[in-house]
Amino acid sequence: MGGGVLMYAENPESVTQNSTTAEPSLQKRRSFLGALVALGSAFVGALLSVPLIRFAIFPLIRRTTDLKNSPVGSMSEFSSMTEPAMRTVQIEQIDGWRKTVSEKIVYITKDQRNQLSVLSSICPHLGCTVPWNKEKKQFICPCHGGTFSADGSRFSGPSQRGMDTLETSVQDGQLQVRFQYFRQLVSDKEVVG
Amino acid sequence: MQETKIERSESAVAPPKADLWGWLDRRTGVDAALRSALYEPIPGGAHFAYVFGSGLLFIFISQVITGIFLALYYVPSADHAHTTVSYITKAVTAGSFLRSLHAYGASAMIIVLLLHLSQTYIYGSYKGPREILWVSGCVLFALVLGMAFTGYLLPWDQRAYFATAVGTNAASEVPLIGETLKRMMRGGTEMGTLTISRFFVAHVFFIPACIFVLVAAHILLFRKAGAAGPPDEDPYEPKKKTELFYPRQVLMDLSLTALLIIGLGALCFFAPMQLGPPANPIDAQYIPRPEWYYLPIFQWLKYWHGAASVVGILIIPMVLAVAIVTLPFFDRSVERRPWKRPIAMGSYGFVLFALVGLGLRSQYLDSLDPSVAQQLAKQKSEEQEYMRKPFEPELSAASLAAANTALADPQAAKGKAIFDSQSCNACHGDGGVGTAAAPALVGISAKYSPEQLAHLFQHPTVRMAGGGMPPINLPPDDMKSLIAYVQSLK
Repeated sequence: MGGGVLMYAENPESVTQNSTTAEPSLQKRRSFLGALVALGSAFVGALLSVPLIRFAIFPLIRRTTDLKNSPVGSMSEFSSMTEPAMRTVQIEQIDGWRKTVSEKIVYITKDQRNQLSVLSSICPHLGCTVPWNKEKKQFICPCHGGTFSADGSRFSGPSQRGMDTLETSVQDGQLQVRFQYFRQLVSDKEVVG
Repeated sequence: MQETKIERSESAVAPPKADLWGWLDRRTGVDAALRSALYEPIPGGAHFAYVFGSGLLFIFISQVITGIFLALYYVPSADHAHTTVSYITKAVTAGSFLRSLHAYGASAMIIVLLLHLSQTYIYGSYKGPREILWVSGCVLFALVLGMAFTGYLLPWDQRAYFATAVGTNAASEVPLIGETLKRMMRGGTEMGTLTISRFFVAHVFFIPACIFVLVAAHILLFRKAGAAGPPDEDPYEPKKKTELFYPRQVLMDLSLTALLIIGLGALCFFAPMQLGPPANPIDAQYIPRPEWYYLPIFQWLKYWHGAASVVGILIIPMVLAVAIVTLPFFDRSVERRPWKRPIAMGSYGFVLFALVGLGLRSQYLDSLDPSVAQQLAKQKSEEQEYMRKPFEPELSAASLAAANTALADPQAAKGKAIFDSQSCNACHGDGGVGTAAAPALVGISAKYSPEQLAHLFQHPTVRMAGGGMPPINLPPDDMKSLIAYVQSLK
């Protein structure tokens, strides 16, 4: 690491002025020392690069982008539910040192096995917001007339799949949802962005 | 021609090799370059007094490497700089360590630079054919001080902001061009995001480019003139028996490097660099203090006001700077022994004494005034408190726009008018984003229900009251609006 290694100045005097012409035994000792110095420098260099590498690969060891679970409401709120309930949830997305907060509409409903599930209100056809129609007891998309049952499965219309269910979890009696976007115009649910 | 010369003098040392190294050397000349670097003769032999140059080179390389890595996460703008430095310090693995290495490295560089300069001066090593070598060293000194000054602002915390505000203000004291100079540095009349851009460009592109060129020139000029050797050596024609740079001087240089690595490493590990709360330009109480190496200048500037300031701020420093830079041109005697150079050593002692004295005086004056000492202690504790908080991501501009559309709610809009008219924003910031004086209200609806908020507004806790929060008494309808607004802050 010393400065000498980097000095490239070609100074003729420095060569002719050499006062000592090394003897073979001294020469041997010097090359051993040289190897020792090189090895030591390499070792210290490697040691110093450990924090640099850890710093640079931080995005590989930890999550730098994240989608937080959003609270929807307490479980008891939805136990006696007879039809899908609309809620506005706050979506918090972490992107490195910044976060984006946005609001999205979701529907809390019951699936075929009578378990609570949360549906994204984004139509899997072209992304319009799908409202619950109380009179017809189905979800009807205002854009192209796609219809979905109370549990979100597809009835009719241009959509190739039913409404998308979102990942849920329960924490301290609170229903939590993980809001995600899904690819439109395809028959299989596929996460995007 | 070069080849034959080297073979003549070094053939006993290294016969031409047929191995990989030999091949590499035939293609690149690396062996000859290494030899010429390592076999620099030193009149009078290796000595610990000569280690500071390589020490500086080592710290400079370390600063370049850590600086490049810090730029992986840093953003030079007034609204992101502090968040990104906070992210580096609190979230990124090894971030606090690397940032500390870079920040303390600046101080270490100035210490080793002063030692290098002192050694050169005391040993009279600027004498002989070394005028340009000395001048290039002086310019490098100024550039390193420039790096320290420009780098200090970049974290954009209270300490950085106010120290730089004072520093750039000092520039305006220069007669005639002062105000222009200040505006040039700040990118306007006030400190702001353009100031960060300017300081960043100076710190990362402009000054380093100059340093690279000058370091190369400095080393070339040093090799051209040859090592000066001990003080009783002739500066023009060395007569003492020489010893080659390798191995003993290399080992001595490496021992300083090892000392620097251990010292800086331990410091960064056990006492990492702090980051204070984000810069708050309207904080009228904050008492700015520069880093230790600028304390003497800081104290010196205090003594000069009005018409006399030209003398203290311009003439005396200029005379001193010119005297230092041109030293080898008028100090022509070949005498290098310090005890035979009373004027040179006397002036060195005087300047050193004055600098240390001014620095200590500044510290002493701070300790003398209880209100200043108290405020400085408060600032320190605010820094420590900020360091204890976990990293808080910055809310994106898109989210803020969304929050504003929430004001489509007429009740919340009315609440915003109350919030502003009651001067809540003076402490909690516009849009409740928080300031150094009071916490952010953004996202408070997640913590408190409207009823709890109403209670807190009417009966602030002891801690809130201590921070200056008054009880709010409003008609019920207004209170409802205010709460609606505070709850809409997301």
